[in-house]
Amino acid sequence: MSALFLLIGISLIVATGFLIAFIWSVRKGQYEDEYTPSVRMLLDDEISKKEEQKP
Amino acid sequence: MQISEPTRIIDKDSLTCYHCGEPCKEETIAAHEKSFCCAGCKLVYEILEENNLCNYYQLNETPGSTLTKKASTARYDFLDDEKVRQQLISFTDGTTTNITLFIPQIHCSSCLWLLEHFYKLDSGVKRSTVNFLKREVNFIFNEQETSLRKIATLLNQIGYAPHFSLDNLENKKKPLSNRKVYYKLGVAFFCFGNIMLLSFPEYFGLSDVFEKEFRDLFAYLNLLLSLPVLLYADTDFFKSAWAGIRQGRLNMDFPISLGIIVMYGRSLYEILSGTGAGYMDTFAGLIFFMLTGRLFQNKSYEKLSFERDYKSYFPVSITVIENGNETTRAVSDIKPGARILVRNEELIPADAVLLKGEGNIDYSFVTGENVPVAKKSGDRIYAGGKQIGATIELEVLHEVSQSRLTQLWNESTLKKQESSEINSVVDKVSKVFTIAVILIAIGAGIWHSMADDLPKALNAFTAVLIITCPCALALSYPFTLGNAIRILGNQKFYLKNTQVIEKLSAIDTIVFDKTGTITVAGAADVNYIGNPLSQNQINSIFSLATNSTHPLSRVLADHLKTAERIKINNFEEIPGKGLGATIDGIKIKLGSANYTGYENTVNAGIEDNATKVYLSAGDEKPGHFIIRNNYRPGLAETISILGAEKQLHLLSGDNDSERNNLEQFFGKNGNMHFRQTPADKLNFIADLQNRKQHVMMLGDGLNDAGALRQSNAGIAVSDNINNFSPACDGILDANAFKKIPSFLKFSSTSMKIIYVSYAISLLYNCVGVWFAIHGNLSPLFAAIIMPLSTVTIILFTTLSSTIAARYHNLTA
Repeated sequence: MSALFLLIGISLIVATGFLIAFIWSVRKGQYEDEYTPSVRMLLDDEISKKEEQKP
Repeated sequence: MQISEPTRIIDKDSLTCYHCGEPCKEETIAAHEKSFCCAGCKLVYEILEENNLCNYYQLNETPGSTLTKKASTARYDFLDDEKVRQQLISFTDGTTTNITLFIPQIHCSSCLWLLEHFYKLDSGVKRSTVNFLKREVNFIFNEQETSLRKIATLLNQIGYAPHFSLDNLENKKKPLSNRKVYYKLGVAFFCFGNIMLLSFPEYFGLSDVFEKEFRDLFAYLNLLLSLPVLLYADTDFFKSAWAGIRQGRLNMDFPISLGIIVMYGRSLYEILSGTGAGYMDTFAGLIFFMLTGRLFQNKSYEKLSFERDYKSYFPVSITVIENGNETTRAVSDIKPGARILVRNEELIPADAVLLKGEGNIDYSFVTGENVPVAKKSGDRIYAGGKQIGATIELEVLHEVSQSRLTQLWNESTLKKQESSEINSVVDKVSKVFTIAVILIAIGAGIWHSMADDLPKALNAFTAVLIITCPCALALSYPFTLGNAIRILGNQKFYLKNTQVIEKLSAIDTIVFDKTGTITVAGAADVNYIGNPLSQNQINSIFSLATNSTHPLSRVLADHLKTAERIKINNFEEIPGKGLGATIDGIKIKLGSANYTGYENTVNAGIEDNATKVYLSAGDEKPGHFIIRNNYRPGLAETISILGAEKQLHLLSGDNDSERNNLEQFFGKNGNMHFRQTPADKLNFIADLQNRKQHVMMLGDGLNDAGALRQSNAGIAVSDNINNFSPACDGILDANAFKKIPSFLKFSSTSMKIIYVSYAISLLYNCVGVWFAIHGNLSPLFAAIIMPLSTVTIILFTTLSSTIAARYHNLTA
């Protein structure tokens, strides 16, 4: 049964890791602007060349 | 909030500008195999082309904004002023500077792309990050290689003029309180999840002697995990409850706090004494759900500001004449006696005396009266007026903060404080609820102690307080109205907070402002019907019209503004009839059919919102102008729907020349009041409120600011929600004007949904109380009923408010 103690310990450590990751993400400002990144990721530096080759 | 594609109706026959998409009306500049409507647009294209930034045009068609309307003559000299700079920038270490600029022009993904590639235009800029919803760009730049002024000037050149206002200077720091909510939610969720996991074995029975050690371990781990929730995550509820008590009110946070404390205390006792497992999982879950509700309710429209005052309208700097030289100074530094220069379309920031030049001051911003007032040298000019015409020189009388306009503002803001935050449904319910719960708990305790069962009496007493902890009750309001505020937001009606919906549901009187609220701001439609006019005749009409301050004359003059002004003699203006003058020996008349001699014309008056202005030149009768007042589309219908249920009033700062037109909407005996000053409007609303009426005010300008504040629900109507609107409870996009009746009905339905969900959660409470009174409240039962009731309420409120929105045709 002592394996259970170990597992509980590990599960708490993992959970704490997630909590720290969450706090870090808030601190970095990831929740300040939830919209712009969704647009930014669609912008590609190379599109002008591709588009201009089409016609 | 979605990115709106630039939609413009493009006439296929005429050329449209490659940059901004506006039809090339006055001139077409062909360059680089593209056409541009003005030199400004071409210049932007060239700048972008030169720097390899033509991606801008690939992402969206014609993403630019036209530069013709806004003369790009803005001066940014003041940004070199060290004091102004210090107030604007967020951070600097001497070389690297960090600043956030507000750029209202940001509207599509091209804007985002271009502004984030700003380093290609100015190599001194290290990084620029756009916040799309707030329309802000954060620049990090090197002081040695560029300067704030250079960045601002370049931004202005490419059509993204940053906006600086006095407000920027005074409240630079924005609160980051929202982050705290996220932290608390994260901590609560972490603890809730782990406590739940560790409580499961208890629910399934750990009665075996062998597992005794686990039971203790789990209980103590739960205790440990519950500490952050008690000491950090739930503190806002205690604070709010305490604040309520100090004001003599029992708000919803009081029974919550009471429940939390009793629940925690009893759990602590059970764990430490080894008599039970406690209710730690219910406790942590409760806090987590309620924090979620709080976050949901706090939906805010970041890019909109509901708390603007005059400072947001005022410029940051003004041109000052010192020792014969022109320099720019921060407006807040202007001292009495200073000499300032005010150019065309510039706002006068402080009360002053006119020294040189012809003053033509438009006070529409302050009073709503849209006829400019002529001022001669030596006249007093009050702050808030806008100079139209040539540059004038003024001597300042008072500091900006001491001006008449500022005082008006301060007066009207004071009053709102008293009447706010009272009589919310939540407060009424929570008061009754709290008293009832405490009585039941004490009753249950007494009942058991009469049977001489003291432990059971204590058990029942605490169990009642625990099970009635009004989690579901407390979530009804935030979830219903939080969802409602989103639905209204999708319909372009943006509210400051959820309480506004409650206020809207009680509205029985609606007060409209005229200019800019029920009429579309800007010029009316003018059409000429009749024989073609010669240029000479056009010049005559223009010159005649400019001599009159009648709104129709102003509309005509504005329509013909490209004409030349010529000398006129024997000018006469006959009120209610028209204008006349002798020009080049010919008597020219403008006015009613009767006055100008069109006897045969049958309908001389109004016909579907249009007014006709007839023209006669000597004996000739060339034709007439049809002037259509730009009332908001669907105005008549909206007013008639609203008028059936509510009392309507119209307040206008203008004169009553439009009375006849407005009578078709508001009726012959309509409640119309003209020539109202801002203070009159405020007092009018206050009078209505003294008669126990719940008033909604719809206004647009600063002249309505006092009234908007005074009213129960002050709604600013705006053609462009990103423009500045006065402080208010909500901002309505003018396109959604005709949906006002639906908005009001939806608000009342939302309140009904809250009542029903109160009933549901009370039902859950009754079941719980039944078990609690008999002293049978097991941790498992609590752990089931609490989330069950919470989930029921969340589902019921969000679903039914979504269905209600569909019923009221408020779906996107």
